[in-house]
Amino acid sequence: MADTTATATPDMATSDDGIRRRDFLDIAAVSAAGIGGLAVVYPLVTQMAPSKDVLAASSTEVDVSAIEPGQAIKAVFRKQPLFVKRLTAEEIAAAERDDNAALRDPQTLADRTKEGHGDILVTMGVCTHLGCVPLGAAEGEVKGEYGGYFCPCHGSHYDTAGRIRKGPAPTNLEVPEYEFTSDTVIQVG
Amino acid sequence: MSFPWARQYEPKNPVSKFFDEKLPLPRLVYNAVGAGYPVPRNLSYFWNFGVLAGFFLVVQIVTGVVLAMHYAGNAQVAFASTEHIMRDVNWGWLMRYAHANGASFFFIVVYLHIFRGLFYSSYKAPREMIWLLGVVIFLLMMATAFMGYVLPWGQMSFWGAKVITGLFGAIPIVGEPIQVWLLGGFAPDNAALNRFFSLHFLLPFVIAGVVILHIWALHIPGSSNPTGVEVKQESDTVPFHPYYTAKDGFGLGIALLAYFALVFFLPNALGHPDNYIEANPLSTPAHIVPEWYFWPFYAILRAFTVDFFFVPAKLMGVIAMFASILLWFFLPWLDKSPVRSGHYRPTFRKFFWFGLIPAMVVLFICGGAPAEEPYVMMSQIATAYYFLHFLVILPIISSSEKTEPLPYSITEAVLGSDKKPVLGENTTPAV
Repeated sequence: MADTTATATPDMATSDDGIRRRDFLDIAAVSAAGIGGLAVVYPLVTQMAPSKDVLAASSTEVDVSAIEPGQAIKAVFRKQPLFVKRLTAEEIAAAERDDNAALRDPQTLADRTKEGHGDILVTMGVCTHLGCVPLGAAEGEVKGEYGGYFCPCHGSHYDTAGRIRKGPAPTNLEVPEYEFTSDTVIQVG
Repeated sequence: MSFPWARQYEPKNPVSKFFDEKLPLPRLVYNAVGAGYPVPRNLSYFWNFGVLAGFFLVVQIVTGVVLAMHYAGNAQVAFASTEHIMRDVNWGWLMRYAHANGASFFFIVVYLHIFRGLFYSSYKAPREMIWLLGVVIFLLMMATAFMGYVLPWGQMSFWGAKVITGLFGAIPIVGEPIQVWLLGGFAPDNAALNRFFSLHFLLPFVIAGVVILHIWALHIPGSSNPTGVEVKQESDTVPFHPYYTAKDGFGLGIALLAYFALVFFLPNALGHPDNYIEANPLSTPAHIVPEWYFWPFYAILRAFTVDFFFVPAKLMGVIAMFASILLWFFLPWLDKSPVRSGHYRPTFRKFFWFGLIPAMVVLFICGGAPAEEPYVMMSQIATAYYFLHFLVILPIISSSEKTEPLPYSITEAVLGSDKKPVLGENTTPAV
């Protein structure tokens, strides 16, 4: 580098292995432009992610005292339907009988309910396939081949514990985080 | 393609001379769709659908811009603003029905355009790029039509949005975040409707851009034709104008008769009545179906009901649905037969009319039917055939079939004889 004949034309200033200092400049310039480009793209992409008001989704309280055995109510949790169902003795028996059956997403009824409230089944009313609301919560709706829920969009059948038994859905109806704040009131979320 | 015998543009008056020297737009038009563009003389009515597709793109853009002057992309008022267009806006009912049925007609002509290409192997060299750009246009069309259907915010709109964005949720690991990002929330709501409005406005202009590339690519080798034999000499072609401008105009007249018969007398025949019920996030209609033009692909999505090894049924269906279209990108390399036209390929013809077409019809019927037997099994068989056709049958017959003799030239195919070219006459080397 100190060679004066080489500095006459800077491009010829090479180190022993043929790399020029200018090559580093090229890489540095393109890298800086690349980082700048990413800094432009990032806000343009992430503006589409949920905004602050959407993220400020609150929790929901549901009074379960008025639900009769065999009945279900639909509540709203984060703008999605929530099924709260009081199981009958037969439904509990059917669910427990299948606890050891070949399930796609193995879970027992006890896993899916709170201790001491084994008859209260709280699930999202959102089919785990592509998100439709399964039928079976309201009176007179089709309950499917396993007596629980039936999704009309692509024919997924759920059993009395809301477990996937047949059709394209991959997992059981999601049980959201919730707790009993009193004997008759649950707080979801 | 400017064949050597293509007529040259000659500016006649001072104004056209002025422009030809500075910005030769009239020359471009003359060479693209005017007398300066020679086209095979034997094109059948199946070659009308490209122009018709372009026409319906224009219908959609014009009526779409008009509707956007009165529509409000907000979940609180979207449904009501659509009814406001129907009842209060001058000619609003006409604009809305023209736009809604325009989408159906766009897909009708594009499906005929695609299946013309499949039968006559219009995707083969040297026209691969035209085909690939066409598949891109088709994908953009489907995305655009989907987002447009969401805008009235009826029941089908809402649940369609939920299901279609749910397709992305099936992708392992990154799927859920992508779905939330697409919706801007955890379920379709105002954020989703708002952005779909913006993108539904944007995409047609992207389509128009790709259409320009599609036409540009077409004009390099020139149009294919029903014999599949390339143009050899001047007697094989006629100038686009006035011959094909007139024929396309006639075809357009027929298409418009059918289109306005539907718009005026059966405007809701192709729609779904549930979309006249306002979106209800707590209740899915008992029988939801997408718009008719998505039925075949919807049937493929639903055909997968059991897990394959470690791939869940849900992901399997999504992969199959996207693959059923993406495999068209590979079609020019799956069908290696040197003969293009199905007219001269007896085995190919049988599999096309008695294999692919019935499979598509079955998929179409099953996609619109409830997810029950026998439709599930029928769609499974048809889906299996669909993939078998393109991935196995087509490559095999294209290398083993005994094709029928081709005519020497387009002229011979039309007139029954062709005097062999004389040296020095207007000819290009035979391809």
